[in-house]
Amino acid sequence: MSETLAEPEIDSETDTQTGTRRALTLALQGEVFAIDAGTVREILDMPPVTQVPNASPFANGLINVRGRVVPLVDLRVTFGMERRPPDEDTRIIVIETLLEGEENILGILADKVLDVCDLEDVSIEEAPQVGMRWRPEFLLGIARYNGDFVILPNIARIFAEHLGTLVTESR
Amino acid sequence: MSPDPADTFRQEARDLLEALEQALLDLSQDHGNRDLVDSAFRALHTLKGSGSMFGFDEVADFVHEFETAFDRVRKGLAPISEELVRIALNAKDHVQLLALEPGEHAAAGTPILNELRALVSDGRGADGEEQSPEAASQEESDASAIDAAGWRVRFKLPADAIEMGTNPMLLLDELRELGPCEIVASGEDVTALDEHDPLGRYLGWDVTLRAAVPQDAIEDVFLFLREDMELSIEPLAPETDAEPEPADTPAEVATADAAGAPRAASAANAKAGASLRVAAERLDELMDCVGELVIAQARLSQIAAGSQDVGLTGVAEDIERLAATLRDTTMGVRMVPIGSLFGRFRRLVHDLASDLDKKVEFVTTGEETELDKTMVERLADPLVHIIRNAVDHGMETPEARRAAGKAECGKVQITAVHSGAEVAISVSDDGAGLDSARIRAKAEENGLIAPDAKLTDHELFQYIFHPGFSTAQEITSVSGRGVGMDVVKRAIEGLRGTIELTSKPGEGTKATLRLPLTLAIVEGMLVRVGDGRYAIPLSAVEECLELPASEVAGTSGRNFLDVRGTLVPYLRLRDMFGTQTPADLHQKVVIVGSGEQRVGLVVDQIIGNAQTVIKSLSRLHSSIGTFSGATIMGDGEVALILDVAQLVSSAEQQQRRAAGRHLELAA
Repeated sequence: MSETLAEPEIDSETDTQTGTRRALTLALQGEVFAIDAGTVREILDMPPVTQVPNASPFANGLINVRGRVVPLVDLRVTFGMERRPPDEDTRIIVIETLLEGEENILGILADKVLDVCDLEDVSIEEAPQVGMRWRPEFLLGIARYNGDFVILPNIARIFAEHLGTLVTESR
Repeated sequence: MSPDPADTFRQEARDLLEALEQALLDLSQDHGNRDLVDSAFRALHTLKGSGSMFGFDEVADFVHEFETAFDRVRKGLAPISEELVRIALNAKDHVQLLALEPGEHAAAGTPILNELRALVSDGRGADGEEQSPEAASQEESDASAIDAAGWRVRFKLPADAIEMGTNPMLLLDELRELGPCEIVASGEDVTALDEHDPLGRYLGWDVTLRAAVPQDAIEDVFLFLREDMELSIEPLAPETDAEPEPADTPAEVATADAAGAPRAASAANAKAGASLRVAAERLDELMDCVGELVIAQARLSQIAAGSQDVGLTGVAEDIERLAATLRDTTMGVRMVPIGSLFGRFRRLVHDLASDLDKKVEFVTTGEETELDKTMVERLADPLVHIIRNAVDHGMETPEARRAAGKAECGKVQITAVHSGAEVAISVSDDGAGLDSARIRAKAEENGLIAPDAKLTDHELFQYIFHPGFSTAQEITSVSGRGVGMDVVKRAIEGLRGTIELTSKPGEGTKATLRLPLTLAIVEGMLVRVGDGRYAIPLSAVEECLELPASEVAGTSGRNFLDVRGTLVPYLRLRDMFGTQTPADLHQKVVIVGSGEQRVGLVVDQIIGNAQTVIKSLSRLHSSIGTFSGATIMGDGEVALILDVAQLVSSAEQQQRRAAGRHLELAA
C-alpha cells in the first residue's frame, strides 16, 4: 500500500557542486509545490484518518505510519485553497522535519504526487511581495521547472506560525 | 557494542557514592551506629578497588586517603560528629567530581583531606605523623619495626565463590602484599572426576604470613566474602606474646554465623548476586517492542475472532496470553522503588537546612513503592522544587518556631503509597502554611483576580501554579524567582498526573501528587462518539449507564443524572467534539472519577476494553488538552485517549463562558 521511494541517491538536499537541489513535486489544487526530497521518508496511499476534534483544520487528522501516530497536515489550508475530499490520486507524503528543535514526523496531504526532480538554484527566485494571495513568509521561493512555476513552501515557518497561534489560543 | 569501561565505573561509582551518602546521612542522625560506619567503609573500599581497576587513579588515591581517615572512625579512634559527616559529604562530592571529570579537580581534594585528617586525629593522633594501621600494613618494609609477629590464615571460599567471580589468586596476592607468605593448598574436598563441578569450590588454603600486621588487615582481604566462608586467623605461636590483642579475640574469627560483619553486607551481597545491570535504553527498546507486540496481537485477535479456523483462534489466544505476560513482566522490570529518589532529597534537605540556618528533620515513608523508571526520573525535578519550597518558604526559623510554640526542629515528610492504579506521593511540612492573604494580594496585583472576588482557600492556592507567581518577599538562592510551581505542575501533568495543595495556617502545607504507575500502556475502554473512537483510561471509569430517555433531548438547562441518589453532572462528548452525524438511539453514560469529582461522559456506544499503548501527541495537537495521547487499535486505526481531568476542566470553562453569555443576554 505504500510506494517507498526506491532512491538511495537521495542523500543530500543541496548539491553545492552543480547548484541544484533535489525536490519532490506535488500538486495541490492545480499549483505545483516542491518539498526537499531529503526530508521525505515515504509516500502513502490515503490511509484511514482519525479526526482530532477541536484541532485546527490545518492539522486535524492522525494516521498510523508503521506503528507511529503521525499528524496529517493540509497545506491547502495554509494557502487558502479549497479542500476537496480525497480521490484515487491523493497521497500522503511522510516527511521528517525539525519543529522547534525537535525531530518530528508529519504526513503532508497531496492531491497528486508528481515527480522527483533537480531544481537549479539559479532558477529559484524570492517570493514576490505582491501579486499573490499567499503570505510571502510561507514561501522559501518560487522555482521554474519545465516552464512551470514551482512553489517552495517554508515548512518550518508554516509550523512555527501554526504552533504560535496554538499557544496564543490556549492562553 | 560493549559499554565503555569508564562508564561502567562511573555507574558503579554513582551507586557506591549514593550508598556512602546514605550511610553518612543516617550517621548524622544516629552517631553511634557501627553498622552504618561499616557500610560507609565498605562503599569506600570497593570504590577504591574499582577506581584503580578502571584506571581512575585520582579517585583511587583520594578514596584511599579518605578511607584511611575513616578507618580511624571505624576503629573507634575518632568520634562521629556532625562536623565529620559534613566533611565526609564534601569528600564524597569531590569523589563524584573526580569520577566525572578526571584531571580537573585533583588539587581541590587536598584541603578536604586535611580537614578530614585534622578531625579524625584527635588526642592520640595529634602528631599528625601517625599512620593509620592500614597504611602501615601496606609498607612491607615496616614489618620489622613493630615486632616479628606473624599469622596463620586458613580459609575456604564460599561454595559459590567461583561462580560469583571471586578469584582466589587475587586474594592470595593481597595476602602476599601484607608480607612474605607460605601458601599451601589443601585438597581434602576434591571429588571424583565424574562429580566434578567446574565452578565448584574444592580447595582450601593454609597461609603462613610472616609479617606483623594487624588482624584487621587480614580480615579486610576477605571483607566481602566473610559471611559464607570458613576463615580462621591465628597468631603464629612463637610471637604471640608480643601481640596480646588478638589473643582476646576468638581464634575462629569467622565462620558463617559468628561473623562480625553486619547483616547489611550479606543483604548487599545477596542483591548483587541476584540482579543484573542493564542499560536503560535497552529497557526502553524492549518496552517499545512490547508495545508494538500488543498492537499486533490485538490485530491478530480481531482477525481470529472473525475466522472459523479453530487452529488460528487457539494460537491467537496463546499469543494474547503470552503478550499479556510479557507486557506485565516488562513493566515489572521497569519498575524501580521510589526510595532511590528519596535518597537524593535527604542530602538536599540536609544542605538546605544548614544553608538557611533552619532545623529540619526529613522523614521518608514508602520508599519501597515502585514506579516506572522513566516516571521516577522525571519526578526528580518537580519533587526537588516542592521540597525546596517546603524548606525555604514553608519552614520557619528555629526562633519563629519557638515563638509559635512548636518544636524547634521542623519536619518535612515525603510519603509514597500505591492507591489503585495510581501512586500518591505527598510532601508535607509542619511549617507556617500558605499565607492566603499574601497569595490573594499577589494575585490581585497581577490582575489575576478581581479585588472583590470570593474564593475559597483551595481556589486561591491554585494561583501558586500560575506562571511567574511567587510570594517570596525576598529572593533567596533557593527559591522565590517565580519559576517553580508552574513548572512543577506542567511536569506532573506531562506525566498524566495531578497535583493538589492543602494548607493550614500555622500547621503546614501538603502537596500531593497522583501519578499513574506507568507511562507506556494503559487499560482503556473504547467508546464511539459519532464516527470517532476514543479510549478512556479504565482506571478512571467507575460505571456505565444508559442515558435516561428524559435526558436524551438535552433541552433542559441542567445536565445532571441521579445515580442512586447522588447528583452526577454529565458532559455530552458529541457537543464537545462538534459531532455532526446523527446520535445513536441509546446513548451511554460512562461515569468517570476525576480527582474528588465524578462526571458522566455521554457517548454513542461502548465498544469494549482494550490494551492501549500510549503514543504521545505531536506539538501540533498536544495543546488541545482534552487528549492525553493516542493509541493504535487492533485494526490499525488511530484512536485518541481522553484526558479525563482536562476534559472536565475544559468543560467547566465552557460552561462558565456559556453561563456568562446567558447573564449578558439576560442583562
